[in-house]
Amino acid sequence: MSEITQPEATQPEATQSGALDTIRQIIASKDVVLFMKGTRTMPQCGFSSRVAGVLNYMGVEFLDVNVLADAGIRQGIKDFSDWPTIPQLYVRGEFVGGCDIVTEMALSGELDALFEQHGIAYDKAAAEKIREANA
Amino acid sequence: MPMEAQDIENLIRESFPEAKITITDLAGDGNHWAAEVIDESFRGLNRVQQQRAVYASLKGRMDGPSGALHALALTTKAPD
Repeated sequence: MSEITQPEATQPEATQSGALDTIRQIIASKDVVLFMKGTRTMPQCGFSSRVAGVLNYMGVEFLDVNVLADAGIRQGIKDFSDWPTIPQLYVRGEFVGGCDIVTEMALSGELDALFEQHGIAYDKAAAEKIREANA
Repeated sequence: MPMEAQDIENLIRESFPEAKITITDLAGDGNHWAAEVIDESFRGLNRVQQQRAVYASLKGRMDGPSGALHALALTTKAPD
């Protein structure tokens, strides 16, 4: 199972250290943070929409950060994660992956295991439904 | 200037000479690609580490609308 990932514009100037501090604070502020284009209710990109959709469907509480609203964060998160594409999922301050990886983990059950490992509430029955629908 | 499948494979192969590399044109438009890379060097690495290594082999060609590589779906694993 694999999805297209959409590359992002790289700005010529280096990321402002202020943006990196902001990113550190954001990922420390919530157990599950999704950096995405648009918001969970108004995603602006299919790949962001897919990951937000998985989290919504699994009933996971998460913070959605709209990178389109802040150019510093948009470039900064790519530098911070050493990852060239958006969306990006963080769980307990750790980078989990982008759309390809999160999709693969949802279908294999690894995403359930990750949430369980960190004591993050999610709807197991909904996760099973995703897997049944994609079996 | 869009990239050809062979260009993408060549770039990845520079970093992963022994890999099994499969490039697929997803949309038939020469612009939306999938790459499956199976390489022994991925053993013991998680997916993030594997795919970072592949992105690195593409040397900035994924960098935004001005980059030559517009969209690339990655699948990476070690050989079975």
